[in-house]
This record gives sequence, C-alpha cells and structure tokens, in this order.
Amino acid sequence: MTTEALLVTALLLPLAGGLCIILTGRQPNLREACTLVTSGLLCLAVITMLFRVLDGARPEYILVEMLPGLAIHFEVEPLGMLFATIAAVLWPINSVYSIGYMRGNKEKNQTRFYFFFAVAIFGAMGVAFAGNLVTLFLCYEVLTLSTFPLVAHKGNDAARDGGRVYLGILLATSIGLLLPAIVWTWNVAGTVTFTAGGILADRLAGPALTVLALMYLLGIGKAAVMPVHRWLPAAMVAPTPVSALLHAVAVVKAGVFSVVKVTVYILGIDHVAGAPGIHWLLWLAGFTVIVASLVALRQDNLKKRLAYSTVSQLSYVVLGTMLLAPISIVGAALHILAHAFGKITLFFAAGSIYTSSKKTEVSQLDGIARRMPWTMTAFAIGALSMIGVPPAAGFVSKWYLLTGAIEAEQLVAVGVIVVSTLLNAAYFVPIIYVAFFRRESSESMLTYGEAPWPVVAAVCATAAITVSLFLFPGLALELVHRIPT
Amino acid sequence: MTIGHLPALQVVIPLLAAPVCFLLGRWPRLAWLLASAVAWTTLVIAIGLWLQVREGGTISYAFGGWAPPWGIEYAVDRLNVLVLLIVSGIAAVIFSGSWESVRQEIPESRQALLFTNLLLCLAGLLGITITGDAFNLFVLLEISSLSTYALISLGRDRRALTASFQYLIMGTIGATFILIGVGILYMLTGTLNMADLAHRLGGLQGSRAMHTAYGFLVIGIGLKLAMFPLHLWLPNAYAYAPSVVSAFIAATATKVAVYVMVRYLYTVFGPEFAFSAMYVQWLFIPVGIIAVLFTSIVALFQHDIKRMLAYSSVAQIGYMLVGIGLVNVTGLTGALLHVFNHALMKGALFLALAAICFRIGNPRIENIRGIARQMPWTMAAFVGGGLSLIGVPLTAGFISKWYLILAAVERGWWPVVAVVVIASLIAVIYVWRVVEAAYLHPRPEDAETVAEAPPALLAVTWALVLANVWFGVNPGLVTSLASGAAEALFGGYLP
Repeated sequence: MTTEALLVTALLLPLAGGLCIILTGRQPNLREACTLVTSGLLCLAVITMLFRVLDGARPEYILVEMLPGLAIHFEVEPLGMLFATIAAVLWPINSVYSIGYMRGNKEKNQTRFYFFFAVAIFGAMGVAFAGNLVTLFLCYEVLTLSTFPLVAHKGNDAARDGGRVYLGILLATSIGLLLPAIVWTWNVAGTVTFTAGGILADRLAGPALTVLALMYLLGIGKAAVMPVHRWLPAAMVAPTPVSALLHAVAVVKAGVFSVVKVTVYILGIDHVAGAPGIHWLLWLAGFTVIVASLVALRQDNLKKRLAYSTVSQLSYVVLGTMLLAPISIVGAALHILAHAFGKITLFFAAGSIYTSSKKTEVSQLDGIARRMPWTMTAFAIGALSMIGVPPAAGFVSKWYLLTGAIEAEQLVAVGVIVVSTLLNAAYFVPIIYVAFFRRESSESMLTYGEAPWPVVAAVCATAAITVSLFLFPGLALELVHRIPT
Repeated sequence: MTIGHLPALQVVIPLLAAPVCFLLGRWPRLAWLLASAVAWTTLVIAIGLWLQVREGGTISYAFGGWAPPWGIEYAVDRLNVLVLLIVSGIAAVIFSGSWESVRQEIPESRQALLFTNLLLCLAGLLGITITGDAFNLFVLLEISSLSTYALISLGRDRRALTASFQYLIMGTIGATFILIGVGILYMLTGTLNMADLAHRLGGLQGSRAMHTAYGFLVIGIGLKLAMFPLHLWLPNAYAYAPSVVSAFIAATATKVAVYVMVRYLYTVFGPEFAFSAMYVQWLFIPVGIIAVLFTSIVALFQHDIKRMLAYSSVAQIGYMLVGIGLVNVTGLTGALLHVFNHALMKGALFLALAAICFRIGNPRIENIRGIARQMPWTMAAFVGGGLSLIGVPLTAGFISKWYLILAAVERGWWPVVAVVVIASLIAVIYVWRVVEAAYLHPRPEDAETVAEAPPALLAVTWALVLANVWFGVNPGLVTSLASGAAEALFGGYLP
C-alpha cells in the first residue's frame, strides 16, 4: 500500500467499522467482533504509517476544495502521527475493556455506544491528520458531537445535565473563539494550511498576535485551560470506558494536540515569542496546573479526582508549549503520550473497582488491593506516572518540561512544576497507601474479587506500556524530535 | 424560436396553468400533477436562462415586441437568474412532494384551489424576479401577495384566518408604499423601465421628491421582506399556514423581496445614491444586527417549532441586510449567497416539519419527544437542515456565513463578526432543543406510536438536505454567480 492509501484507510476504517456495528447490532458477539477487528486493523495501518513517517514520508490527501484555498485537506506530520498512534493503539485496548465493562454492568443501548465510539475515533484521526485549520475545526466538531451521546449514555437527568454542560462549553468556545480566530488567521495570512515555522511571520505582530494566541488557547476548549475546564468534571457522568476515551484517547488529547499544533505550525514559536504579554498565557497554564491540583485534593469521588488531575496535567502540555522553546515542545509532545497511557490506566482501574465492588469514593477503598491486586498495582503505576516518578513514562516528559523551563529561564514555570509534583503526590499517594496498607473495614460484608478478565487485561496492558515507555523511550523521542520547531 | 421567448415563458406558463388547475377542481390529484409538472418546467426554463447568462451576458426581452423603455422589458442577468433558479427549484421540489401532506391537511374540495394559488404565487415570484419594469413588478408582487394570503388562510387551524388577515393588512401597506414610490419616480422621470429610470435618476441626485420615493420604496419593500421591526406578520403566517405552504413561502417569498431591495438600491437608485447620499447602510446594519440577535433569542423561547423556525427566518434576513449594509463586494456576495442557501436550509427544515406534522399534527416541542426512534429519517433530515442553519462546514450555510464574516473582517468591523458568531451559537441552542426532545427523551407512555413519513415527502426533504451538503461542498457554481452579480452591481463604486 502506498502511504497515501494508508492515510485514507486510517480515516475510513473507523467509519466503516461504525457501519458494520450498526448492521450487526442485533448480534452482540458479531458486533463486538466488528469493533475489535476494525480497531486492530486501524492500529496496524497507523503503526505501518508511523514507520514510514519516521523514514521521512509526509503523505497528504485533498478531499474537496470548497473555495479557493479552503479545502478539506489531510497531511501527516510527526506531531499528528504521535497523536494518531496514541489513539490507534488505545482503541483496541479500550474496546476489550469496554466489552468487559458494558457487559459486566449490563448497560443499555450498547450498539449506539460502540457506533459513536467508532465515529469519535474517526474524529480523532481527522484531527490528528488535518492539514489545515478548517479541516481541524471540522473534525474537532465531529469529535465533540459524536462524544455527546457517549457522555449522556445513561439518559437520566444527571447524564443529560452533564451532557448539556459538556456540549455547551465545547461548542461555545469552538464556535465563539476558535472559528473567529481561524477567520482572522485566514484574513491576515491568506491561508490556513499548517506550515513548519508558522504562517504569521511578517503578517501579524504586537498585541494582536497575543490576542489571537489567547483566542486559540481558550477556543480549543478541549484543552481545558481554566476558565473553560468545567466541561471535564461534568462529563464524569459517562460510563468509565467513555471517561477513559475522553481523558486519554481522544477528546482532551485532541485539545492539547491542537494547541501544540497551532502554536508550532500556525503561530510559529519563534514569532509568537516576540508578542508582548505572551507570558500571561504561560501563567494562565501554570495557574490551571496548581489550582486544578488543589481542587483534586479535595475530591472524594475517585473519578472526579481523576478529572481534576487531568485538567492539571493537560495544562502541563500547554505550559510546555507556551514556554516556546524547542526542548519544551518536545516535552509537551511527550507529555501527551505519557499522560495518555498513565491516565487511561487510572480510569480503567477506577472502572474496574466500580464493576466488581460498585465503590466510587476514595474513602471506601481501604484495603481493596488485597481483593484486586492486579487492578491496584496498575493503578499505582499510573499514579507514579502522573507524579512523574520512575519507572513510569511521566518521568521522561517531566524531565524534558523542566529542562525546557530552565533553558527558557522561566522560574515561574519551574516553580509550578515542582509544586504541582508535590500536590500530585499528595492526592495520589494516600489512595495507594489506604488500598495497600489499611485493613478493610469490618462492616463490609461484600465478597468480590477482580473485575471480569477483559477489564483486568486492559488495565495491565496500559500499565505495562506506561512502564515500557520509560524503559524504551527511543521510538517516541525519535518521532517528537522530528517536529520542526 | 422558443429559446428567444424563454423569459416570457418563465412567467406565462405558471400563470396560464393556474386557471387550468382550478378547472381540475374535481380531480385534485391531477391538479397536483399539473402544478408539479409546471414547476419542473419553470426550473428547466430557469436553467436554460442560466446557461445563457452565466458568462456575464444579459438577456433583454421586449414583451409583445414593444421595445423598451416603452414596452415592458424582461431582463435577465446573473443576479436574478440566481433567484429564478432557487425559486423554481424549490417550487419543483416542494410541489412534487406535497401531495400526501395536502391530502391530509386540506379538505378535498379545496385541494385544487391550493395548487391554483401555489401556481399563481410561483408565477408572481418568478415575475417579480425577472421583470425589468417597475410597475410590472408591483403588479406581480400583488399577484404573489394575494395568492399568499389565500394560501395561508387555508391552514386548518382557525388562527390561520387572523394570521392571513394580519399579513393582508401589513402586506397591503407595504404594497401601497411601493406603489407610491414607483408613482413618484414615474412623475419625476416619465418612465417605468428600470434601466431607463436608473439612467434618468442620475441627473436628479438632489431632488427631494426622489428622496421621498426612495423612502417609500425602502420601507415598502422592508415590510415585504420582514425587515425588523416590520416582521410581526411573519411568525403567525408561517406557523398557521398549511405545512407545504409554510415550506414554500418560507423558502422563497422573503428571498424574492430581498432581491427586489437589492435591485432597487443598486440598479435603479445606484450604489452611489443609496450608500453615499442616503446612507442606507446605517439603517441596515443596526436593524440587521438587532434582527439577528433579538429574533434569534425570541426563537429560543418558542414551543411551536414552526414559529421557532419563522423567527429564525427573520434573523436570517437580518444576516442578508447586514451583508448589504457592509457595502463591499464580499458582503453583497455573502448576502446573495445567503438568499440562495437560506432557501435551501429553510426549505429542508420546513419540509421535515411537514413530515412531522403529517404524523403527529401539532409540531410542539413537547409533542415530538422521543420521535426520532419512530421517524429516524425525518429527524435525521431535520438535523441536516439544522446543521446548515447553524453554519457547520460542509453545509451550504457555512459558505454564506464565511463570506459574511470575511466581509466584516475586510471592513474591520469586529462587532459584526461577533454578532454573526453569537447568533450562530444561539442557533445551536434552538436547533439543539428540538434534537434533544426528539432523540434524548423517551416517548411519553400515552403517546401514540407513529410511523415514518410517506416516502414521497421524505424523498423531497432529503433532496433539499443533500442540496445543502452539495452546495456546501461544491459552492463554486453559486459563488461565481453571486460574486459576478455583486461585482456588476457595484460597478465602479467604492465607498
């Protein structure tokens, strides 16, 4: 297959899979086979493409050109390849987990669930491979709309309210800020194509550039920088595999990925570094990191705590980007990867706990590691990655972020990273402690063990990848060093 | 030889078919077939005219062989061929799919009457668009208005009568204003031919009588196009008319009035007079912006989906006024594109609503709860039309909004950009209300189970939905017509 054909295949596979899922909706086993086969094939296609991209291939594909210069255009570059690989590798694992979870909890409307899941993956692939801002915007909205039925899956009032906040904030920011920013860019640059080094040099400077950068940062609401982060905790009403999809695979990663991509390929890091007051964006990210961690500290609900932890971790990526140094961009890209695998492990573990014991609060977890050793070991690895301690992937990315902050001589950023590491430890270590070392409270007469095997297998797989990314970061480093900064 | 007479046939065929349709009163199905066939014929004629003028030429047709400016002239250029295409196209699609809905909503004795009036209305709208004569325009305007009053009063709700009466009063005031304006112009210049008028008015720039005529015309046409705050007749008229009629007039009538406004401002009075002497942009921009924001918000609070879409129509007309008021080629292009695209999206939405009405009667939000499971194709069509209304990329609505935003950015009028964006967000919310009710709520226990709409109605609805997508993906045909027309209209004038 040519690399162009691979690109088209990677975009079409999830849609084709979605169609199969609808057609086979009556036979659950066949339907799940569809999901698994499609996700496996997609994973294969994307990994094949990954090696070609490492060899220097840059396939592109133009679907239609609506107005002169305004096209639906896909082009692969290293950063997008990284995001696509994360999504494509995690989809099969998440599918195995979903099957265990959805059946274990006897959820309704499973066909709809798997269908929209496939469409969301299509949206993520589109965002990853978008060759210009308009395509990115379109796929971004596909992702927003296709994940709504997943978030509101339960269909009760709480789910509808959560879904409304989710959709409301994401649509309002993207249409209200991102789209005007795109139009503005088009107006001053005459193009919206992602170009190495940015397209705004000599065209826009001064305070206007800072305003544009801020419009992008807040317009990409999926990056959850405060004050547009509220949708993320609201989306916690979703079933756990969806939360995992949101936090690790597709949605939030699409957000921070877009921030990095726009900064590198539209604003241009050297150019935007000269904009007055651009460090305010850095401080906004730093503020989000710290405040979200403080909020996480006070959450007793496990998923809520993880949600605020995500808000904080995402802003690491934004922070790395806004340091505007090549090395910190590398750190930001690596953190997308590290956080994806670490956070999905944590969510899988939370879902695993819920499936077997129906426990949702941190305070109920005393001694749970004795009943669920695999799950809780994986949880511990994920938590270590969040804190940034070896032997987990989070260490590598934090290393690069810190180096970047020191190189850029941004002491505020250094301080933020150090303080937030302490805060991360403060809200994760107690969970590990009570799970492993406290005795189970005697009132609990429930007997339960590990969750269904697909769930446990998925948790262990992502935890293993988190560790191996620490041990063998070579491939990832090679890819992110190819980002033209 | 027929080719030469196409401009006349465009109007004469539906006009002559109308009485024939009436004679078929006892066989309403035949009347329907005739009306549909005539509508398709007008579309074919419009395409024929388009093929002749798309490169920028102009057709001038002298009625009865009386040379203009003495006789009545029909003139076709890129501006009105765009409107001819959309009006005849929408008519062809809607008439063909209307049978089931009309048969259910209208008593048998009046069905042929409805098709007669639809044909008259079509003839009037096409005539207004194609004529190059100011008084002829008024006559055809009255033909289309009178038939519209009759059409609205055929609605099955008794409130249709008051809605029709309200529209009759307002419409007549508007028509009278237009007549007064045309009369003054005739007194001033002694001619009624638009090209000739434009030529002669050039020498009368300071004349107070000309200013008066201008004022009467702008307000009169403003009434017909439901310019805020002269829009009060519109929501009731759309809400209580028979479903098919709502779809047809919502998609065409106000669009034709916008065309008339453009024609008078640019061709008859000239952009120099309209924008540099009369500063009409300072009327259109505020009025347009208030219309866009205010009526969008009003739409949010409607329980009747037809009324909601009607208010949304007033808001969309606000976009067109803003596009004209921006006084640049891009803005006018955007306004003309929106004339075309709004016809497509509102046609699709009202037809989807006609399908819903066909099954559940009263299209209130609380009545359509959970309906998406029982009428999946209809609701999917509604979502498609709604996406276009919001202006999502790959739909027609995106293209016109893109041009409008570009035009505002060109002028550096950021608040206008903000208004377009905010109104799009409000559109998201009111479309969402329908989607949420239809998809996310369970069907109430006591509600009857309904089936999918009849195939013919679905087919035409989807034809329009797909047209929205087609013109969103391949807008080249329409944008070249619209931008060509806009450039020609501005001539050498630059503000």
